[in-house]
Amino acid sequence: MAYEMNFTPVLARTPELISGTIDTLILSSQSIGIGLTIGLAAALLRVDGPKWGAVVSATYVEAFRNTPLLVQLFLLFFGLPYMGIRLTANEAAIFAISLNLGAYSAEIFRAGLLAIPKTQIEAGLALGLSRLQVMRYVVIIPALRIIYPSLTGQLTLTLLGTSIASAISATELTLAGAKIESQTFRSLETFLVLAAIYITMTFVFRFLYWLVGLWLFRRRVPKTGSAAATLTLPREVES
Amino acid sequence: MPALRIENLKKSYGNVPVLKGINLAVENGDVVAVIGRSGSGKSTMLRCINGLEPFQEGTIEVVGHKLDQSRANLRELRKEVGMVFQSYNLFPHLSVAENITLAPRVVKGLPRDEGSALVREVLSRVGLAEKADAYPDELSGGQQQRVAIARSLAMKPKVMLFDEVTSALDPELTGEVLKTIAQLAEAGMTMVLVTHEMGFARRVATRTVFMHQGTVWEEGKSEEIFTHPKTPELKNFIAPDLK
Amino acid sequence: MIQSFGWQSVQFLFHGLVWTVGLSLCTFVGGGIFGLLFAIARSLGPNWLRALVAGYIQLVQATPLLIVVFLSYYGLSFLGFYFPPLAAAAISLTIYATAFLADIWRGCIEAIPRTQWEAADALALSPFQRLRYVILPQAFQISLGPTVGFMVQIVKNTSVTALIGFVELTRAGQLLNNMTFQPFHVFLTVAAMYFVVCYPLSWWSEKLKERKHAGTAH
Ligand SMILES: Nc1ncnc2c1ncn2[C@@H]1O[C@H](COP(=O)(O)OP(=O)(O)OP(=O)(O)O)[C@@H](O)[C@H]1O
Ligand SMILES: [Mg+2]
Repeated sequence: MAYEMNFTPVLARTPELISGTIDTLILSSQSIGIGLTIGLAAALLRVDGPKWGAVVSATYVEAFRNTPLLVQLFLLFFGLPYMGIRLTANEAAIFAISLNLGAYSAEIFRAGLLAIPKTQIEAGLALGLSRLQVMRYVVIIPALRIIYPSLTGQLTLTLLGTSIASAISATELTLAGAKIESQTFRSLETFLVLAAIYITMTFVFRFLYWLVGLWLFRRRVPKTGSAAATLTLPREVES
Repeated sequence: MPALRIENLKKSYGNVPVLKGINLAVENGDVVAVIGRSGSGKSTMLRCINGLEPFQEGTIEVVGHKLDQSRANLRELRKEVGMVFQSYNLFPHLSVAENITLAPRVVKGLPRDEGSALVREVLSRVGLAEKADAYPDELSGGQQQRVAIARSLAMKPKVMLFDEVTSALDPELTGEVLKTIAQLAEAGMTMVLVTHEMGFARRVATRTVFMHQGTVWEEGKSEEIFTHPKTPELKNFIAPDLK
Repeated sequence: MIQSFGWQSVQFLFHGLVWTVGLSLCTFVGGGIFGLLFAIARSLGPNWLRALVAGYIQLVQATPLLIVVFLSYYGLSFLGFYFPPLAAAAISLTIYATAFLADIWRGCIEAIPRTQWEAADALALSPFQRLRYVILPQAFQISLGPTVGFMVQIVKNTSVTALIGFVELTRAGQLLNNMTFQPFHVFLTVAAMYFVVCYPLSWWSEKLKERKHAGTAH
């Protein structure tokens, strides 16, 4: 019972695939922008804040890291109206994905902050720099360099994770694909095409992260091994 | 007015007292060596002087800035008090020149185009004029420590604090750093240096302070301290060096 | 028929939780076996095999889990196999977990310093003995924290199979919500149940990682 592959009906829907891809890119970049901000704030609150701040931050991080994104989406989209907050599917998706990324990136940022030796901070203070200046000039770049592989890995997982937002009918690529699949009945072909698009996006982004890394850490290229080698260290896998 | 005056300084970690009422005055141009056994509180005292450690009692006055438990004025004070650490603590992501100009630029607003003149000036004082573009991990320990001294000098401090700056160095490299410090002393810099190099303390320091169990146990002209120690503790401490 | 959220609902969800845990265990065992084989192939195999496994890892890690699940469920059934949701769920999650576990464990194997390999060689151990007695035991030690950490991901990943109709905890929550129309209660309870399973694993993973750091400090 051989099955004949036929991509024509799926490829005929290229405009929808393109707009789905664009929607996915928009959803991802909005969530990444908000999520990293939340994550940085949560990390600073945990590391440098008052005691209650550390408790709040840790609770948030653990709550979101130990429950599935899909359930977070359902809770925000279907559950929040119970508390009088009604979000559109797209708003709920941005909200949930940002909070999810915020929790993961908080842990990554925290690891970076803690990895900078205390003596570096003291040396900065002893030179008369303010705490903020020490952060800005002494801590950020070395810390970012340490966490760069895990941070960009996390961003890739966030990009791919947006496909789950199709479950609440937020507009993005997987939803576009599901519609095409249900109208053409070409399931295998549709999802193969989607996979190809996601894989392409991922590789393009990895390349961009690599370029950004070269630029960010341009001031200091290690003598041993290429910069690229240090940027593709095995990252910690978390989604 | 002394460059540095410490009155009744008390500090404890938890309920373990580490400094038990330190009194010390350092005049302009003085070079004070602080010696004493490990754990006697030398580093802690130095770190209190530029506010890296809070303390519970007493006052510290450095070049006109008064430091007490309130920890106000800290940054004003730090602009005029340099500190060099045992572990160099250069910033690894910045070149030698950038390490040197960072604080003058962001703290004192030094214009960019005056940076290189400053770098040349302070590097030549530590004998490393040709290393401006190197990165810390391309330098030997002794060179890194001299860059750290240059970095501190770039802020034009009125007082400099040195905490065992040669302890992490091989004997061959110790010499070049001590030579740099001796040159600063000759140029009239006011300095407080914690050191285990007894010969150096004796030769370069105008005064020597012996710390014991969190107090200034004995102090005086370096020559006096090393040739006529009064307390048995000090005698015991420097005995091996007199042989 | 459950009309409103109450004790019966919790029991209903608990039933879903049992399936979530079951599916997670299947995935961990399947992903563990293939992941280990792939990790060894990736770090020690001949070049063509390394490239093949590396390609597999790269492609799977660049595909959304949901698409992997859809491909297994809708796609492969057209090839003439019929997959019930449970089988499709287990297969797709295993495909996914294999790629990630292989990558984690490859990192652990490669983290063992060259000097250990050389020391084993110097003692005239065979390549298999070298792996069995010197490399893998050490790699195992450092892999514990990340592996337990990935188990948390596996448990959470099972929720995606709700979208092909496999009735695990999240799907049970959706069904219950359709009956009770109390989404806030339902999904908060669902989230709490995931948390109860995942948090201890996360905690354990952190402990294992700390022990690793404490160990290397000496
Ligand atoms: N952060 C800290 N917490 C608790 N105790 C501390 C801390 N830092 C130092 N101490 C204690 O304070 C005492 C004085 O320490 P300090 O570092 O000032 O000694 P030191 O004279 O510089 O010794 P060394 O010659 O070994 O450098 C020691 O007993 C030390 O254990
Ligand atoms: Mg000390």
